Amino acid sequence: MEKIDAVIVGGGLSGLACAYRLADNDLQVIVLERGDFPGSKNVTGGRLYLEPIKSLIGDMLDGAPLERKVVRERWSLLGENNSLNIDFTGERLRKTGHSYTVLRATLDRWLSERLMEKGVFVIPTKKVDDLIWEDKKVAGIISGEEEIPAHVVVAADGVLSFMAEKAGLRPKMKPKNYAVGIKEVIELSEEKINDRFNVEKDEGCAHLFLGDVTKGMFGGGFLYTNKDTISLGVVIGIKALMEKAPTLEAHTLLDDFKARYEIKRLVDGGNLIEYSAHVIPEGGYNNISRLYGDGILVTGDAAGFALNMGVTVRGMEFAIASGIIAAETILMARQKADYSAQTLSAYESRLKETFVLKDMINCKDMPDFLDNDAFFTFYPKYFPYFVEKVMWFGDQPKEKIGQTLWRELKSSGMISFKRLKELYSIKNI
Amino acid sequence: MRVDEKLALDAFKVDKESHIKINHDICRTRCKIKYCLFVCPGHLYTFNEENNEVVVEFAGCLECGTCKVACIEGAIEWQYPRGEYGVQYRFG
Repeated sequence: MEKIDAVIVGGGLSGLACAYRLADNDLQVIVLERGDFPGSKNVTGGRLYLEPIKSLIGDMLDGAPLERKVVRERWSLLGENNSLNIDFTGERLRKTGHSYTVLRATLDRWLSERLMEKGVFVIPTKKVDDLIWEDKKVAGIISGEEEIPAHVVVAADGVLSFMAEKAGLRPKMKPKNYAVGIKEVIELSEEKINDRFNVEKDEGCAHLFLGDVTKGMFGGGFLYTNKDTISLGVVIGIKALMEKAPTLEAHTLLDDFKARYEIKRLVDGGNLIEYSAHVIPEGGYNNISRLYGDGILVTGDAAGFALNMGVTVRGMEFAIASGIIAAETILMARQKADYSAQTLSAYESRLKETFVLKDMINCKDMPDFLDNDAFFTFYPKYFPYFVEKVMWFGDQPKEKIGQTLWRELKSSGMISFKRLKELYSIKNI
Repeated sequence: MRVDEKLALDAFKVDKESHIKINHDICRTRCKIKYCLFVCPGHLYTFNEENNEVVVEFAGCLECGTCKVACIEGAIEWQYPRGEYGVQYRFG
């Protein structure tokens, strides 16, 4: 059977972005999506940063159904029964389309429809079962009874990437390198969202939570405002969850989070309309898969391109950028009529010239740095506690504020060699 | 809201056959803790005392993959459901 140029496994953002660029250059491309439509198996927190991919995407996202422009960044440290927030907004955020909240069933579906208008075959409800091998080279895919021979296969099949595994490009998944995100989508009117989050129409808020939300485990909570829904969820390290003593049922974390004073009022009267969950790569650069082989490239979450930077989490822009760069690599390989690993290795070199691997490499020590109980227990407990101490006026005359603070800082262990070492080590991350 | 009520809000297309297979021999002999019983966001794994085995309600699977990662003994053989089946997110 004659080979098509490329078969893309997975109609998520990286697969679709890859197809988009290939279609612009008139290659024969097929995208296979196992869900009813692209986006129907995807889950995000989440938000998409547009600035990093601006120069790569061309017109790809013009008119895309983005939810809200993030103009308000919030972080909260949650103690057991108190909390402390930082709330940032700035003209620069409000004026630039820096990042947007998104829902994947909407966004991915829209992009796939754009692709179909370009003549790309995006075939839904098609699960890929295996790879075709030819002289130890990947030469297409097998889906049920059907074989689709192709010069190159793009494994864009998400964090669990069965394709990368079958191609021998990804090692066994270890719990310490992954987290699980559990999310609710809550329907709330546009006006209520604007009022409750203190934003204008089409503007939104991204809010991360640390501390009691995960009962001290690695991870955190998140809240993103969409047009007329709120995405509320928790992320927990799978290893931390497995080792938690006494054991804790993962799904209860989100209920407890939602019942907290800090959240309750924000989602009050809202309708829960969807419950979702997904594994997230947390291993950083040291846990990415091999990115290419003979006749195959790995993109997006499948490759492990996701970055927890502590103050924010990123993934979708890495997916889009890696998809586009995979497409550029395929175009180059096609000119040479050579899809060997050696030729396709240009994919990795090119990724290293862009933010995708530059940021991943820059942050390669982040997972180890964040693997520190202090971020999930000590700091979220004590920062709100200090504020409470200072701000409490009781029936006795008030001690000097500086004196209270100094004593508490010392007795809590905030002023200690250990904390100082932590502070010093931030220069490396 | 209980977790099974939350799952009832989602759109599922249920296959006749489960996409999650449990090797009960491995599960009984090698796995002491049975992480699947508490890591699953859908709380779909339960222990059947009578048969001395873990059972899974695959119909409500959110396809997150947590059990696949957490089953370090390899008793859970987890595949994607066949095309056309499984959870279909409307928001994601």
